[in-house]
Amino acid sequence: MLKDITIGQYFPGTSPIHRLDPRMKIVLTVAYIILLFTAQNAVGLAVGVLFLVLVYGISKIPPVMILRSLKPVVPIIVFTSVLNMFFIDGRVLFQWWILKLTAEGVKTAVFMSVRIVCLIAGTSLLTYTTSPIALTDGIERLCNPLKRFKLPVHELAMMMTIALRFIPTLIEETDKIMSAQKARGADLESGGLMQRARALIPILIPLFVSAFRRADELALAMECRCYRGGEGRTRMKQLKIHPRDVWSAVFVGACLVFIVLSNLYGARVLEQLGLLLRSV
Amino acid sequence: MIAIKTEELTYTYSAGTPFQKTAIDHVNLEIEQGEFVGVIGHTGSGKSTLIQHFNGLLKPTSGRVLINGTDLWAKETNLREYRFKVGLVFQYPEYQLFEETVYKDIAFGPVNMGLSPAQVDERVREAANFVGLRDYHLQKSPFELSGGQKRRVAIAGVLAMNPDILVLDEPTAGLDPKGRDSILGQIKRYHRERGNTVLLVSHSMEDIARYARKVLVLNRSGVAMYDDVAKVFSRAEEITRMGLSVPQVTRIFMGLREEGFPVSESVYTMDYAREELLSLLGKGAGNHA
Amino acid sequence: MEDIISAERVVFGYPKEDNQLNIVLRGVSLTIPEGQFVAVLGHNGSGKSTLAKHFNAILVPNEGKVTVCGIDTTDENKLYDIRQQVGMVFQNPDNQIVATIVEEDVAFGPENMGVDPAEIRRRVDESLSDVGMTEYRTHAPHQLSGGQKQRIAIAGIIAMRPRCIVLDEPTAMLDPKGRREVLSVIKRLNRENGITVVLITHYMEEAAQAERVVVMNDGELLFDAPPREVFSHVRELKEVGLDVPQATELCWQLRQAGVDLPGGILTEAEAVAAISDALRKKGVGAR
Repeated sequence: MLKDITIGQYFPGTSPIHRLDPRMKIVLTVAYIILLFTAQNAVGLAVGVLFLVLVYGISKIPPVMILRSLKPVVPIIVFTSVLNMFFIDGRVLFQWWILKLTAEGVKTAVFMSVRIVCLIAGTSLLTYTTSPIALTDGIERLCNPLKRFKLPVHELAMMMTIALRFIPTLIEETDKIMSAQKARGADLESGGLMQRARALIPILIPLFVSAFRRADELALAMECRCYRGGEGRTRMKQLKIHPRDVWSAVFVGACLVFIVLSNLYGARVLEQLGLLLRSV
Repeated sequence: MIAIKTEELTYTYSAGTPFQKTAIDHVNLEIEQGEFVGVIGHTGSGKSTLIQHFNGLLKPTSGRVLINGTDLWAKETNLREYRFKVGLVFQYPEYQLFEETVYKDIAFGPVNMGLSPAQVDERVREAANFVGLRDYHLQKSPFELSGGQKRRVAIAGVLAMNPDILVLDEPTAGLDPKGRDSILGQIKRYHRERGNTVLLVSHSMEDIARYARKVLVLNRSGVAMYDDVAKVFSRAEEITRMGLSVPQVTRIFMGLREEGFPVSESVYTMDYAREELLSLLGKGAGNHA
Repeated sequence: MEDIISAERVVFGYPKEDNQLNIVLRGVSLTIPEGQFVAVLGHNGSGKSTLAKHFNAILVPNEGKVTVCGIDTTDENKLYDIRQQVGMVFQNPDNQIVATIVEEDVAFGPENMGVDPAEIRRRVDESLSDVGMTEYRTHAPHQLSGGQKQRIAIAGIIAMRPRCIVLDEPTAMLDPKGRREVLSVIKRLNRENGITVVLITHYMEEAAQAERVVVMNDGELLFDAPPREVFSHVRELKEVGLDVPQATELCWQLRQAGVDLPGGILTEAEAVAAISDALRKKGVGAR
């Protein structure tokens, strides 16, 4: 059943992460991505990983969800890792035919994989903890300054909202039309590619006709409710920056500073640590 | 002969997820060939789920569906045959129209059946005739027609398959009284002339009372009653408790009985009500004079 | 009382391909005073929806004049004043809900009007409670039944604080339960909030509950009277493709057959009382 597909990845909840201002969450997610890519050594990357573990813990999103979000990128991770391992020059660990496994290669591959995993898991957390409408709202407000450059920010956000609103309706409709055509003997499951493509016509045409009809009626209903674009519009839900938003920003900022510092002095710290361990 | 038979038919949506819901639960039912059955039940009683089992659109979670005595799911390759044996007209069927002309749209089913062009042509014209569409309608685009006409085209598209069993899910929803009466009249005529089995799902008890011979009442995912119209509507109290209603004339007669008048229990059509009251008034006058 | 809507000899046609007009309204005159509950009946294509679209300036007449709250609907500068005064609810509940969360949708109208956020919040809460949907305020629209969606659509309109609501066959796509819910909300808004209601329908039982019934046929007014009077014209109504409630029809048929019954019976209870009287008079005793 098409109906069983869930739309959006939002996991309703009341954790402090859920309650953060969506704008702040978007900004912090971007900051986190920067953080991941500025980290040049193990210490910096470890901070990135720890940060993620901590935030997932607070948000109470089941860890299984991380795996689910990673599934589509596994092939990419494997592919880039293999390339890195064998094609980066450096100290050779193992050689077979023309393939050389280098220490530098392994290091780059591990770093790359950790970065990609953190990147995907981190951005997924944003969609897991923010409802689509809050997300749209946040994007609209963050992009507000772009209006000066004649970018139709409000219109784009409205389009996103309406799309989100009508996806479940259209899925249900597709389901209904498919059943109805099957009831008239439409064969959607067998035949070659061309035949199958042709079999979709009795489904796609009614679906388009219906989508246009809905768009038409919705436009009329919106006009009747005094919609005339973004100008002069107020919003019921005002976004306000709370202390928790400030604290989370400070925290992420601190992580970023730590990583930059560890990039500069990290090698020496590791050396010291190594010496310390050896002496023990 | 038994046209439709279900044995312990059960269907569960989204089984194994938190949204799991049993829409029909151990339904046992036998509908005779040639019957005109009205199907009633409030939204969520399992009506739509049940009727989608009759042509194999839904596969039973457990239990069996037998059409003309054979199990629908015994051989899955034969499934498509049953789509033609059991014609299903969905709610608002006009939203499924897609062809360039009315003719081609009605022909969609017969062509899928693999009939010869001559046979298809005959089927299309016959079906169009049944729903009152004229020849000049056939070459028009279905999207040019009025709402009521589109509905007729969609119904004709199912009639053209000449199904043994015709199932209609609220075929008159959203139509005005005139459109409603004419479509139901056409279905009645189709039933009379073809002798097929007809199942009519409707929220209008007045329509059921007027057209159906038997009523199938669904409640809480199961069959609550399956009996002659008169018998079902005489159990008005039970029906009301299920959140359904009985025709207004039936309620008027219930009111008269409560007042203590000797009127019969199973009045459900206007004609019957009028005749009964007239004879009572006539006879009453006679006795008293 | 002041008239909310007044239509004077309105003629309207939709343009056809050959630049001719396909005339739908042929000189309709009608005034609706504030606070009234008016039902408009007519078969499909009788012009009832077209007339309704003149009441909040979606359409403007080709000839004649429509005035809404004293404003001529051809005055484009006052378009949004008119739309705010006369709200419109349509047939398909799915196609008039904009937002993905119920309360956000109810807020849509006031937001467009630039109402202060705190005031919007207040109106949204009030409107949801008026239609009995407070507990669903954070639901997604597609999780609701048809009747519930239609009540949300109504809440979205009354949050704009209109003086009049025009409903274009709001119950046509609903099941009996949804129909009852919506109708009882409409009646309560009229009675308790004093909102003028124009209800377009082809359910005679719904029209029978209005104060006034307007029957349209081929772009003209056929009847404009209280329901009791309109429904006494059973034959004429049938001729224009309409119905009457079974109670009305039964009593009318008995009268035609010479039984002495009062005219204009609308409800079951009235029918039972009238027929009981007739039976007693004829000496058919109660047991």
